[in-house]
Amino acid sequence: MEQSLVVGCPCIADVKDCLTKVESLKYAQEACYNGTLIVKASSSGLDIGSCNWSITGPNGTIIYVSSSLCMSSTATSFDYKALQRSDVVLYSDFSSCNTTDKFEDGNNSSGTAASNFSNISDDAVDLEASFTLLNNDEYMEEIEKLDFICSCSMDSVKSRGSVLIPIGRLGIILQLLERFALGLESENMKVPIFVVSSVAEELMAFTNIIPEWLCKQRQDRLYSGQPLFTHVEMLKDGRLHLFPAIHSLELLTIWQEPCIVFCPHWSLRLGPVVHLLQRWCKDQNSLLVMEEEVDANLALLPFKPMAMKVLQCSFLSGIQLQQSHLLLKMLQPRYVLFPEVLKRHVTPLDSFDYYSENEKLHIPMVKNSELDITVEVAVQLRYTTLKQQDTNISRLKGELLMEQGRYLLSVGDNQVCSETETKPVLHLGRIDLNVLLVALQKMGMNVTVEEARGDDGLLTASLVHVLEPNKALIKVTDVQTLISTADENLASLISQAVCTNLDCI
Amino acid sequence: MAIECLVLGAGQEVGKSCVVVTINGKRIMFDCGMHMGYSDMRRYPDFSLIPKSNCSDFTNSLACVIITHFHLDHIGALPYFTEVCGYNGPIYMTYPTKALAPLMLEDYRKVMVDRRGEEETFTSEDIVECMKKVTAVDLKQTVQVDKDLQIRAYYAGHVLGAAMIYAKVGDAGMVYTGDYNMTPDRHLGAARIDRLQLDLVITESTYATTYRDSKYAREREFLKAVHNCIAGGGKVLIPTFALGRAQELCMLLDDYWERMNLKVPIYFSSGLTIQANMYYQILINWTSQKVKDTFTTRNAFDFKNVCSFDRSLITAPGPCVLFATPGMVSGGFSLEVFKQWAPSEQNLVMLPGYCVAGTIGHKLMSAKIPTQIHLDQDTRIDVRCQIHQLSFSPHTDAKGIMDLVKFLSPKHVMLVHGEKPNMATLKEKIRSELGIKCYDPANNETVCIPSTNYIKARYSDAFQESSLCPNFKFLKTSSRQDFDSVNSHMRTKPFLQVCDDRMAEGMLTLQKNQNPKVVTQNEVMTSLGLEKHEVKFDHCFPVVYVANSKISLLKQLFERLVQEFPDLNMEDFPEHLQIQSFVVFVCSNEECPHRSEQKKCDAVYCCCSWSLADEKLAWKLISVMKEFRG
Ligand SMILES: [Zn+2]
Ligand SMILES: [Zn+2]
Ligand SMILES: [Zn+2]
Repeated sequence: MEQSLVVGCPCIADVKDCLTKVESLKYAQEACYNGTLIVKASSSGLDIGSCNWSITGPNGTIIYVSSSLCMSSTATSFDYKALQRSDVVLYSDFSSCNTTDKFEDGNNSSGTAASNFSNISDDAVDLEASFTLLNNDEYMEEIEKLDFICSCSMDSVKSRGSVLIPIGRLGIILQLLERFALGLESENMKVPIFVVSSVAEELMAFTNIIPEWLCKQRQDRLYSGQPLFTHVEMLKDGRLHLFPAIHSLELLTIWQEPCIVFCPHWSLRLGPVVHLLQRWCKDQNSLLVMEEEVDANLALLPFKPMAMKVLQCSFLSGIQLQQSHLLLKMLQPRYVLFPEVLKRHVTPLDSFDYYSENEKLHIPMVKNSELDITVEVAVQLRYTTLKQQDTNISRLKGELLMEQGRYLLSVGDNQVCSETETKPVLHLGRIDLNVLLVALQKMGMNVTVEEARGDDGLLTASLVHVLEPNKALIKVTDVQTLISTADENLASLISQAVCTNLDCI
Repeated sequence: MAIECLVLGAGQEVGKSCVVVTINGKRIMFDCGMHMGYSDMRRYPDFSLIPKSNCSDFTNSLACVIITHFHLDHIGALPYFTEVCGYNGPIYMTYPTKALAPLMLEDYRKVMVDRRGEEETFTSEDIVECMKKVTAVDLKQTVQVDKDLQIRAYYAGHVLGAAMIYAKVGDAGMVYTGDYNMTPDRHLGAARIDRLQLDLVITESTYATTYRDSKYAREREFLKAVHNCIAGGGKVLIPTFALGRAQELCMLLDDYWERMNLKVPIYFSSGLTIQANMYYQILINWTSQKVKDTFTTRNAFDFKNVCSFDRSLITAPGPCVLFATPGMVSGGFSLEVFKQWAPSEQNLVMLPGYCVAGTIGHKLMSAKIPTQIHLDQDTRIDVRCQIHQLSFSPHTDAKGIMDLVKFLSPKHVMLVHGEKPNMATLKEKIRSELGIKCYDPANNETVCIPSTNYIKARYSDAFQESSLCPNFKFLKTSSRQDFDSVNSHMRTKPFLQVCDDRMAEGMLTLQKNQNPKVVTQNEVMTSLGLEKHEVKFDHCFPVVYVANSKISLLKQLFERLVQEFPDLNMEDFPEHLQIQSFVVFVCSNEECPHRSEQKKCDAVYCCCSWSLADEKLAWKLISVMKEFRG
């Protein structure tokens, strides 16, 4: 519902223009940026379409964990399996910053968390089991909260007061709508429910055509031939009304109180909520439902004195500390980055660091870069076994392509013609003069050796004079052998003798 | 490593699509269909032929089953395979297929048991249990089936939720198309797939040799035939599957009725199809862009002219249009109505574009009206009604198949889901026009092809850096129109291309108990403690030259050598000439150690040096120079 803010923004053209540049992805769809980076979203469970990101490049995988909810009754559940075995986890769920009190009371918060789970083995099955257990508890708590809001609301309408819910979270709205329908039905009351927002109609229609983005229970409704949400039926039989604005003519004609209204904005400063709050703030039977994250004192200041009841509720908006500990154990990343603000609450791990705004961090990573070589390239390889070491070596040539974040060395399109022009052979090592002389003599050459010394008297080169079968001079230094002769055959023979003395690649 | 394809169905025929593919040891079953033309066990694929590598059951021998769409010839045998044969492993299909398949299966089961009186091979409960095992997937999602196997679904058109499947094991990749349509229709978009590295494409070939023109003309033809019939007071029978075609045709009629202000009732034979419209409304994201765009104002599947139907209306007087299941008049309600309506020449039967051999639809296609159709020994039907065959089909035509194969450019193509002679023609065309190996195996045959496997090697940073040094070249290309219906992101290539023709060169080292590693030449030397040793040659010899000539010796030599070796790249410097590593200059050092020949008169010494790589060339150059007379 917060989209209404965007619609009201004066720069609507910019917003539209901006959105044309956005490429939308499905969960687990691989988007390849520049051939190098594979970007993938996976469900975070927080709300419909919310996600965590993984970026895989040739040097590893980085996971960005945003606020995640392990169990959801509308959106697709948190897909933590998609985040497993990465190189770096950038932990960016700040939701536990707000609920730190519990831990600070215990003086040593991280210690508490750690000791709580020290008896849990690292066995994957156990980990998962404890994780699910925690999530279940948490899920039940959420359900209780919603039930409580619902029963308070029913009390209000029974005493002829209205209920105002300026909450922006779509998942919460959709669940409350269903609960209200059930509650009103069981009380046998006919109280209209209004959703007043410029995007209400679109949003309600849209939520019914996106089964792929919803939790399992919702998808099962599709398979059993029901609409995904009850609001489809509520709209049809007139229990629910959608209006773009509070001054819609049609709204004024069917308006009746008591009623239940969902509308923006949670700040209580914008949108229909301002008018409705002014109307109901003096009514002690009416009820305002707010999120706890909002500073109620400040938000309600313009409406004081208030007779209206206020119910503040904190909904789960991320991973709790105990869970994050288990989660990271399950994800098994090689390195974790925590926000600096969580420093006191995080149980230290083997490899981790803290990040803060505008600060560059260096992550010590062992790179294990691997590339693929096509069979076509491999068959062209000619291995040489080096003289001293246990090493086989071959020249490698090809076109290095980047495909899906991996290097692939393939025979390039234009390599067919270049196959004839082989690169000069590389010679490695030093000449052992005695071995060379023996080799030359074996070839039937008559040789004498002379030493060349520099001015300082140090040996600079050995000069081998070939006298028979023809004249030749071989000048051997550590890095070079120079053959000079007028006899082509002799030159070739000598070079062969020299090469057997070296590693040729 | 290899890819092995065992065709259990739809080999050189249409019906019971089922291909079991083993990629590098991973076995996948694509589709699990039934054959409409048989009522004995031949209607199912022969599952006993699936290799059971050391394990007794299908669950262990198959990594997964993937269903492309909800048509019975692709999913009809699935409940039998899971509930009777006992396959208990993962099954994948798209969301719409998972939602709509149970309706199709239940409809088929009813026709089979309730109407034809056959013994059922699976029950309603079997269908429910079977569908519980299905994992629904969205388009383009990369699904990791297990450590080695990845699958991904792409939009195939054809029917709601139809998918082409990409499967990858290690470096080997393949696509199984299922049924697809390369042109958008009223309710669905055209098939779309990415350019992928593929060893194999298995494609349907229903219309292997047919080429079709614009769809709109054929839609008009359909509407005219229906209109003519009802204008003459006749009844129109449209036998269709419960899903897909019924919705598409109904959209056409509903729209036409509005425009022409017709009041003749349109009926759906069972509640089934009306219920299906609700699924279509939720799954509207899987329809064509046009339908999606208008859904907020009016849902295209909310038909205004469709009235509820009951049995008495079959014999009621006056014109009407009736959609009845099953398609191809293979039994059930459509057959019942056909019996009643066929004898009147006022009426019209609208047959689908394709009818499986053995069905009444197939018989009617080739029949000359009036005729008699034998149902069984005792029953025969006088057919005097008009027969019209729909000329538009949700299958791609031959051009579409060729376009897709060309776009994907796999190493091998396999044809299934078609008619033998036409497939043979298409196979030749793919071989000759695209130069791709193509196969069209019959049922229960196996095709084996090699699969891509890369050698994995670590690489050094220095190698990476050296390989990324740009080496720009400018290329002129003929402008090429890209393949729009398959991938809209492609753009027309510009006439002039700047091409970065960089070549990676390095050394591959293999050491005991270590992975292969790619490094640079320098790294090899430092890591192994080896130094480069150069082997070079020198030769200083006299060249005949008259000193008073106006042109320098080097210049003259240069011209001579260019003349002799026009293909070589020679460089002409003031003091020397260079041809690759071969360098020559005029030697004025009387003591030059490289001299071994006596000076002749009118001669100048030329000193040459070269390295081993140019040994042969050097001696050729020298012999030319020695014969030179300046
Ligand atoms: Zn089909
Ligand atoms: Zn088919
Ligand atoms: Zn010289």
